[in-house]
Amino acid sequence: MARPVRFNLIEKSSADRGINQVQLPEGHMGEGFFATSLDKVVGLARKNSMWPLPFATSCCGIEFMATMGSHYDLSRFGSERVGFSPRQCDLLMVMGTIAKKMGPVLRQVYLQMAEPRWVIAVGACASSGGIFDTYSVLQGIDQIIPVDVYVPGCPPRPEAIIDGVLKIQDLVQDESLRRRNGDQYKALLEGYGIQ
Amino acid sequence: MSITHDFIQEKLNNQFGDKILNWEESYGMLSATIQHDHNLKVLTFLHDEPSLGFQFLTDITGVHYPERKGEEIAVVYHVHNLKENVRLRLKIFVPIEKPDVYTATGLFSGANWMERETYDFFGVNFIGHPDLRRVLNVDEMDYFPLRKEYPLEDQTRIDKDDEMFGR
Repeated sequence: MARPVRFNLIEKSSADRGINQVQLPEGHMGEGFFATSLDKVVGLARKNSMWPLPFATSCCGIEFMATMGSHYDLSRFGSERVGFSPRQCDLLMVMGTIAKKMGPVLRQVYLQMAEPRWVIAVGACASSGGIFDTYSVLQGIDQIIPVDVYVPGCPPRPEAIIDGVLKIQDLVQDESLRRRNGDQYKALLEGYGIQ
Repeated sequence: MSITHDFIQEKLNNQFGDKILNWEESYGMLSATIQHDHNLKVLTFLHDEPSLGFQFLTDITGVHYPERKGEEIAVVYHVHNLKENVRLRLKIFVPIEKPDVYTATGLFSGANWMERETYDFFGVNFIGHPDLRRVLNVDEMDYFPLRKEYPLEDQTRIDKDDEMFGR
């Protein structure tokens, strides 16, 4: 008995030659113009061009390499250009075991990123320390930086990593432009000791 | 193999006599237990003697035996002869109250980080080491983790049930 489909829900019409196109946000369409709210346009633009920073430490990094390969292409979703400079990236993908000695380094990388920034914890070790419940491994990166999406798995399949990135895209699309200046966000960062 | 175990035993016994406390052979590797203040002398002899030529230091590590009172911490050296492909294990035992051992850094540069690791995890003080500080753990750590009295698990976790996870 086939499982109910969770993905691929948007029907592709034969007119588009089976190509999935980005959905238009709600707005008023007219002759040569399209009016919508700024939030929606900015959200659409941001979500379809997320530049990830792969902070790949161990096995999950290899799964990420597979995800970026041509079989499970991550660049279909706009993450074509991975950058290794935190100054230029939106999405910090922490993939792999973070030791307590690496913690301050990861925090530095996060602090160097410019707003708006999102963090995805890929794999069991980044989410909660994973199988390594020991004195030298950080039991989850959310002890030092705020995390938006956790992808479980040891290692998670490339499809799961793509699912995580898609959930980040959902978060990006619906994020209010004023969120980063608001009190709740400030309180969140204060909780981590980040100004 | 022109260097046999008997040859090594004979040479070392002739040179050091009563400083070698025990000979063992496990899984084909010869192992000698030495008095702890003679470690550097034995290593130098094995290094410089032309017929022996153990000039490659493979590993330095430590073991903690809490039931051996008076000599709890063992420091184990593995030396290797690359020409003859022969390996030798040397063990020294030091008491835990005063774990002082002479450094092998003067003889082997590779001993530098290996001794730092042994210090980091067991607290062995290497006398004469140029830069004895922690290498693999965080610098602020105030205990020696691989000693038997300390648990492996991270103690800050509150969500794991002790009985289920065998702590």
